[in-house]
Amino acid sequence: MKQATTGNAGPKVRSDIEVTLEIKGSGGVELNLKSKVKSMYGNAIEMQCRELLKFFGVENAKLSLIDSGALPFVIAARVEAAVKMLTGTEAAFLPVMIPENVYNSARERFRFSRLYLPGNNPGMFLNAGLHSPDGIILDLEDSVAPDRKDEARILVRNALRAVDFYGAERMVRINQGERGLTDLESVIPHNVHLILIPKCEDADSLRTVDETIASIKRREGQNDTVLLMPIIESAKGVERAYEIATASPNVVAMAIGLEDYTADLGVQRTKEGSESLYARNRIVVAARAAGIQAIDSVFSDVGDMGGLLSNVLSSKAMGFEGMGCIHPRQIAVIRRGFSPTPEEIDRAGKIVIAYRDALSRGLGVVALGSKMIDPPVVARAQKTIDLAVRLEIIPQNWIEEEGKE
Amino acid sequence: MKLIENAAGRQVPDEINGTEAVPFKGVGKHRPSGRKYAPSIPTCIDYPEDNNKVIISLREALVKCGLKDGMTISTHHHLRDGDLISNQIFEIAAELGVKDLVWFPSASFPCNDPVIEYLENGTVNRIEGSMNGPLGRFVSEGRMKGMAVLRSHGGRVQAIQDGEVRIDIAVLSAPAADSFGNAKGTGGPSATGVLGYAKADYMFAERVIVVTDTLVDLPCFPMEIEGNYVDCVVVVDKIGIPEKIVSGTTQITKSPDRLLIAELTASFLEKSGLLRDGATMQAGAGGTSLAIAVYAHEILRRKGWKFRFGFGGSTKYMVSMLEEGQMGYILDAQAFDLDAVRSVEINPNHIPYPVFNAYNYHSKGNLTTMMDIMILGATEIDTGFNGNVVTHSDGLLLHGIGGWQNCLHARNVIIPVPLFRDRIPVIVDRVTTLCGPGELIDVIITERGIAINPRRQDLIDSVKGKGLPLVSIEELKETAERICGKPDRAAFDERVVAAIKWVDGTVIDAVRKVKY
Repeated sequence: MKQATTGNAGPKVRSDIEVTLEIKGSGGVELNLKSKVKSMYGNAIEMQCRELLKFFGVENAKLSLIDSGALPFVIAARVEAAVKMLTGTEAAFLPVMIPENVYNSARERFRFSRLYLPGNNPGMFLNAGLHSPDGIILDLEDSVAPDRKDEARILVRNALRAVDFYGAERMVRINQGERGLTDLESVIPHNVHLILIPKCEDADSLRTVDETIASIKRREGQNDTVLLMPIIESAKGVERAYEIATASPNVVAMAIGLEDYTADLGVQRTKEGSESLYARNRIVVAARAAGIQAIDSVFSDVGDMGGLLSNVLSSKAMGFEGMGCIHPRQIAVIRRGFSPTPEEIDRAGKIVIAYRDALSRGLGVVALGSKMIDPPVVARAQKTIDLAVRLEIIPQNWIEEEGKE
Repeated sequence: MKLIENAAGRQVPDEINGTEAVPFKGVGKHRPSGRKYAPSIPTCIDYPEDNNKVIISLREALVKCGLKDGMTISTHHHLRDGDLISNQIFEIAAELGVKDLVWFPSASFPCNDPVIEYLENGTVNRIEGSMNGPLGRFVSEGRMKGMAVLRSHGGRVQAIQDGEVRIDIAVLSAPAADSFGNAKGTGGPSATGVLGYAKADYMFAERVIVVTDTLVDLPCFPMEIEGNYVDCVVVVDKIGIPEKIVSGTTQITKSPDRLLIAELTASFLEKSGLLRDGATMQAGAGGTSLAIAVYAHEILRRKGWKFRFGFGGSTKYMVSMLEEGQMGYILDAQAFDLDAVRSVEINPNHIPYPVFNAYNYHSKGNLTTMMDIMILGATEIDTGFNGNVVTHSDGLLLHGIGGWQNCLHARNVIIPVPLFRDRIPVIVDRVTTLCGPGELIDVIITERGIAINPRRQDLIDSVKGKGLPLVSIEELKETAERICGKPDRAAFDERVVAAIKWVDGTVIDAVRKVKY
């Protein structure tokens, strides 16, 4: 191949750069830059590109750049991808890991909302964390065209180092099969908290991912845990849900992907979702049995916030503990839907207090008003209260606060 | 012409297009003297006894009004991007071989780009008004013969009143007019709702031509242009393209990042107590401002509160506050969308209010100082809270000042802006062009934090400990540079291509020719 083009340009493209590289036999590096930020960053862009080519050992080349305000980590990724296409270089130019990105996740954290970002569209990366999703997914799978997988992998790697995630859980959705394992090589060394495994149909494929991660970590000397979230998107996957959920101790959640699932069934996906009721129930039950979180599919009509909210409420009622989102505006709605309502908290508080009261008086039977309360009801109420405390809706010492009123 | 340093530390010309100019002296420091300008005294014996002033064409009207070399022609911008009249003036002038005109619009729009041709062929010497898009680029590249002068809406009427700009002929398009020249913004296919930018022009111009496509029987009432100031009435097929005059609907932004800024702004308004029962508010028609208005409306509704009044440009969002009882009155200089146009026509509490009465600094009061909450935009803000609205960081002149400078005199000036646009930082060391002094700008709200001007300790105290992401303006600037990299400054030639006037007619800054 003589010439390689990476990145994106066009009237609607923002924060990206299109790089066309042609390697030559002589004549040094010729650089052409078109940029809307040329007067401010033209020199910086040119210097950066020359340094990158030098790093990759490219001495003679023509480099044409159409820039739409790309940040340095994007420029670096695009140039590296172009060089790699032409020379197959294994070298990687890593941007600095910003200190804001050095933090860990935890098994037990909330995963109400996780925001999907198409892995080859850097324009959406920068502010994603500002919308406070529980997790940010840099997606290498369905949102990236097959012929862009290689450049997306480099871009995502750079983003993991240079883009502030503002405390969100750092997730990557890898591709299926072999390609997914290659994805892992690129991303695992850069503090990924969780890997989403798409179209997961059996425990073995999940274990392969888990083992590949383990071997990369051994090689890199990492000892942090990389968590797993398989996505069930087929009838086969649904049938094997429990097996998949228990395939590795690193699995913390299991999601369902309804677009592919309904396609597998050969039925239409509806807003009511009766066609996927069984599958969703099955996922919830399997996840609960495995002691992990069940996560619902994305709601794809980004303009319909009312529809989203009722979807979230029915998800919550079924036992799901989170949902994917494809637009930042969905995050707050999802969080609100999964949070306990003031009425729920109020009622749960009364039950918990009545229970403690009964205990302290040595009563075997708990009653609220004239109604007897069974132990599971108390347990559920306690769960609601714990959730409200963790979400900071009520204070840790809510019982004392209650007493004051 | 030589350059002198003004009170804001900017090098400005002491002379503009052959007339002496006063450098900016500081906010509230310049005291005008002398008497207001007045056009010559007309007599009704020169006008038809039946008061029928209808002339068959704009060309004849211009000839009758004595169009000749070097004249200043004013227009208003109520027809916005649907204006079919302004360009015609210069087309006619070119046919007549008239040279060196000065175009003095209250704003220009992309539809006015053809004027570039008349700037190139010498028909027009210069524009004194807003410079947008290709016109701005034309000026920035040093291709305009005369020096551009940019004024705020209030500065424009001040310049007219004080005689700094003497309008020879005002060509005022009117959606409806009678044969005597009374005219209004409602009625007809090209309704603009309000004609709030026409008043100073018709009062102080030597000659006034009203152009309409809807001639109504006398009296055209309620008139916003008074017929006794009018020389001729021209009736044409069409003064404007309706769908480009008002946007069918103004829309709140769909950008999640801008909505985040809007939410943060609404939260600031609520937590600071600025938003309260009886407050007054003004916000623009930009997507973020509209979102803020919608969120503010929700808060008012929830609390059972009401704005005492809002100042337009009006939009459907203000109209819904008015109609649902969360706003007492809309005082309005321009209507931005169809709902606003309809509201002016039917709602007695939606009141046309000329810019001349609201924004003129050389006047016995200034309406903007009564506004509690003022939401504005900016292309750049620097660490001294100084603002730029006319040039981009690359030095190109791309926007007009609009009412921005006038609105800075509100009680609380809040500027919601993204910290950077693409890679271009909005919060910078020093604004490329100074349009408004930092002492008048109180709060900058970005997606990455809120900076309150240290001069406003009261505001800082009002929101302390209330969960808002308060940062210093320097921190904002550093964050922007850490993400984007430190930008090179735009390179300029020595030549001054535009002067930026302050609200009192003094020169606050100058724009130089860009160097590529």
